[in-house]
Amino acid sequence: MEYPFAITLSANSSLANHTGSWRVEKPEYVHRMPPCNNACPAGENIQNWLYIAEDGSYEAAWRALIIDNPFPAIMGRVCYHPCESVCNRAELDEAVGINSIERFLGDHAIEKGWTIPAPRVESGFKVLVIGAGPAGLSTAYHLRSMGHSVRVRDATPAPGGMMRYGIPKYRLPREVLDAEINRIKEMGVVFEMNTRVDDVHDALDEGYSAVFLAIGAQLSKRAYIPASESARILDAIKVLHEVEDGSQPLLGRKVVVYGGGNTAMDVARTAKRLGAEEAIIVYRRTRDKAPANDQEITEAIEEGILVKWLSTVKHVDEKKLHIEKMELDENGFPQPTGEFETLEADSLILALGQEVDFSLLGNSADLDTKDGVMPVDATMMTSHPGIFAGGDMIPAERTVTTSIGAGKKAARNIDAWLRKKAYEKIENNDIVTFDQLNTWYYTDAPHIVRERLEASRRAKDFSEVVKGLNESNALYEARRCLSCGNCFECDNCFGVCPENAIIKLGPGKGFEINLDYCKGCGICVAECPSSSIIMVPDK
Amino acid sequence: MSTTPIKFYQVGSFAIGNRLLPAQDRAIQSDPNRTNALTSGHRACQGCGEALGARYALDAAMRATNEKIIVVNATGCLEVFSTPYPESSWRLAWLHSLFGNAPAVATGVAAALKAQAKNDIRVIGQGGDGATVDIGFGALSGMFERNDDVLYICYDNEAYMNTGVQRSGATPPAARTATTQAVGTNPGNLFGQGKNLPRIAMAHEIPYVATATVADLRDLEAKVTRAMSFRGARYIHVLVPCPLGWGSESCDTIKIARLATQSGLFPVFEAESGEVTSSTSIRKIVSVEEYLKLQTRYAHLFSPTRRDDVIDHLQAIADKNIARYNLISEGSAHL
Repeated sequence: MEYPFAITLSANSSLANHTGSWRVEKPEYVHRMPPCNNACPAGENIQNWLYIAEDGSYEAAWRALIIDNPFPAIMGRVCYHPCESVCNRAELDEAVGINSIERFLGDHAIEKGWTIPAPRVESGFKVLVIGAGPAGLSTAYHLRSMGHSVRVRDATPAPGGMMRYGIPKYRLPREVLDAEINRIKEMGVVFEMNTRVDDVHDALDEGYSAVFLAIGAQLSKRAYIPASESARILDAIKVLHEVEDGSQPLLGRKVVVYGGGNTAMDVARTAKRLGAEEAIIVYRRTRDKAPANDQEITEAIEEGILVKWLSTVKHVDEKKLHIEKMELDENGFPQPTGEFETLEADSLILALGQEVDFSLLGNSADLDTKDGVMPVDATMMTSHPGIFAGGDMIPAERTVTTSIGAGKKAARNIDAWLRKKAYEKIENNDIVTFDQLNTWYYTDAPHIVRERLEASRRAKDFSEVVKGLNESNALYEARRCLSCGNCFECDNCFGVCPENAIIKLGPGKGFEINLDYCKGCGICVAECPSSSIIMVPDK
Repeated sequence: MSTTPIKFYQVGSFAIGNRLLPAQDRAIQSDPNRTNALTSGHRACQGCGEALGARYALDAAMRATNEKIIVVNATGCLEVFSTPYPESSWRLAWLHSLFGNAPAVATGVAAALKAQAKNDIRVIGQGGDGATVDIGFGALSGMFERNDDVLYICYDNEAYMNTGVQRSGATPPAARTATTQAVGTNPGNLFGQGKNLPRIAMAHEIPYVATATVADLRDLEAKVTRAMSFRGARYIHVLVPCPLGWGSESCDTIKIARLATQSGLFPVFEAESGEVTSSTSIRKIVSVEEYLKLQTRYAHLFSPTRRDDVIDHLQAIADKNIARYNLISEGSAHL
C-alpha cells in the first residue's frame, strides 16, 4: 500500500483499542429490594407498580399491583402502610404516599370497570376456602388465577369478613368492598354464603383436593369486671356486626369503650356516629403503648372522643362506672394507684381483643391448636395434610394486609401441594438503604396530604373520612418514588461514562455495559441515583 | 444560568435524562444517537474527567452547529490519549500543532474559512490548563483581543497531568504536585495571587465567558450551545477532576467536581462583554473540607497534623467566591 511521505501506517479508529482489558472490576445492573416491598405484608412489588404508574399507565400499574393483592381500593383505605414507615424518601423530605396512590389506582379501576380475566387453563383441582374474610378471599383469588376451581363458604350473609363486619363504613365504604370482591366472583370463584361448615373433613370427602381455613378471630376477649345486674355491657365485635346488619344497637347517650386497639377506636367512633353524645375510651396504658394505629387514635380524638389513658374499669353500675388510675412501673407495666374516678355511662363496650372461635370448626377438633391459635408449618399447612390455614386464626399479626399476604402464600403452597411440587420462594435480602442512594439527582418534593372530612362534620354520619387523590396529584405523588434498587432509566450511567461504554437499549429495556471498552472506573455506580448498579470483581 | 430545572419530575430531575421527559428536555448526552465526538478506545485513565468534559462540550457544539465544526487541540493529556499514532478517537475534523499555539492555529483556521466564505463552519480551540493558562496564554490573549471567531474551551485539571503532575498556573494553593511537594512549613503549592483565566477573559470584554464542570451536564451543554450562538471570541472554562493527579478514586470524579461547586471553590457563572450575567446557586452548601478530604493532593492538611490554618485559608477563598458571584440563594440548603 502506498502512503504519503513520512506516513507508515493507515489511519485508524481508536475503536480498535479494547480498553476493557484494563479492568479489574465491572459494573453490573441489578434489581435490589426496595424497603417498601420488603415491608409489605402482602408482598406487593410497590416500586414496580409506582414505576409503571409514573407515566400515567394506570391500567398496567393496577394489573401489576393485583398480581400480589386483588384489593388496592380496600388497601388504600385500611392498610396501615408499613411500606411508608420504611420509605427511603422520608430521609430526604417525606415518605412517598404509597397508600394514597394505591387507593387512587384501586378507585380508578372500579371507575373504569377493569376486570380480571378468568384463567385460560383449568387445572381440574377443586379447593374449598372456609371463611370469606381477607385471607380467604386472597387465597381464593390467587388459586383461581392459577386455574383451580374454588368455592368459598362463609356463615355470614355477605363476603368480606372483618372488612365488612369489623371495619366501619366511614373507613371502608361498602361499594368499594363489594366492587373488589365482585371481581373475584367474576373470575369464577363460587361463593356459598350463610353456610356454616361443621366438619372440615367432610369437605375433603366432598371431592375437594385441599381446604383453606380462614375463620378469623371473632370471639371478643372477656375480662372479669364486677358489675351490677342492670349494667349494660356489650362487646365491640358484636356492636360493629349489628351496625353492618342494619340493626341499631342501643348504646345510650354516654358510651364508654374499654380497650386501646383499633377495634376500640372503631367502635367509639361508630358510637359517636350512632348518636352518642359522649364516647370515652378507657385504656390501661399510655398512648404510645396502645396497639391502635396512631392515625386512628388521632382521628378519634379529632372527632371529639375522650381518652382516659392509664385507667382500668373496676366496677360497673347502672348508668355509671368506676375507674382506677394506673401508673407505669419501671418495666412499663401499668400498676394500680388506688385513686378512683366515676364516669357516667349508659353502656360499656369491651374491646379487649379477639380470640379464635374453634367451636366454629365443630367436629374438626383433631386439628392441632396451641395458645388459642392454629399453628401451621412453613407451607401454611395445618397438622392435617391438605388442610391449610391463614389469617387471624394462625399466629400472625392481625391486620387485613397480613391476612392477604398469608392468603397469597397459602395459595402458592396449596398450588404446589396439589401439583405435588414444592413452592420455592426467591429470596432477595439485598435491601437498599438511604445512604446507598445518590440523592443529589432528586428534587425536593413534599408529600401530598390527603384531604379529610372536617372532624365536626364527619362524626355525624358514616361518610368516608379520608378523601382520595385525583389523577394529577396521584401522578405527582407516584413520581416522588426514588425507585430504590431498580433502574428508572434516568440515563445517568449512559451520560457519565467517559468511555461511551454504556449501551442504551431503548425505553423499558434499560442499559447494557460494553465490556470491550469499560475500564471499570465505577462512575456509573457512584452517579446512579437509585443504587441499581454495583461493581463486581471481573474474572 | 440559561436553563430552568424541571421541578415537576421528582424522580431524577437533575439526572441526565428521564424517560418521563420529552426528548427535547433531556440532555444531549441522553440521546442514544449522540455524536460521541470522542469515541471509545481512547487511553485516558479510569474515571478521566477531561475525556468526559471534552465529549460533553463537543457533542453539544456539534449539535449546535449541525456538526460543521473544526477543532484545534493543544498538546496535553487530551491530545495524547486520544490520538496515539495511527489511531484517533475523534469523530470530527481535528487538528493538533504545538503546545502553545492552539489559539493562534484556531485563529488561522477561522481566517481561512472566512476567506473561503465558509461562514457555516465554526472553529473551536481547546486544551488543558497548562496549554491555556501558561504556555498558550499569549496566543489566547491575542485571540481574545482581536475578537477572532473562535470558541476556546479550557479543560482545567489544575496541573500538567500528562507529563507527571507538575504544577501549572492553575494549580490551587496548598495542592501537592510533583513540583510542589508536601514538605516544609507551607507544604504544597504556594498561596500565590492565582491566575483566574475566566476573569482575565472577561477583562478582554469578549462576547461570552462561562465556567462549568462535569458535574452539571445540562449547564455545560447549555453554555456551549449559548456560546455557539455568538460570533467572535468566546471562552468556556470547564473544571475536570483528574483521579491520577488529584489522588481521588476514579469513581468520584463527578462527585468531586460537584463538591468543588457546592463548597464555592469553583464558582459556576457566565458573563457577556465583561459583565457577569448569571451564576449557578449552590444547592447544598458544604465546607471546603468535604471537597479536600477526598483528594490525596490535600492529604497533608489532615495528617500527620491537621492544618486548620491552611483549611481556613482555602475556606476564605471559597467564601470570597460565594460573595463575589452571589452563590447562595434562598433555595440553598446547609448540609
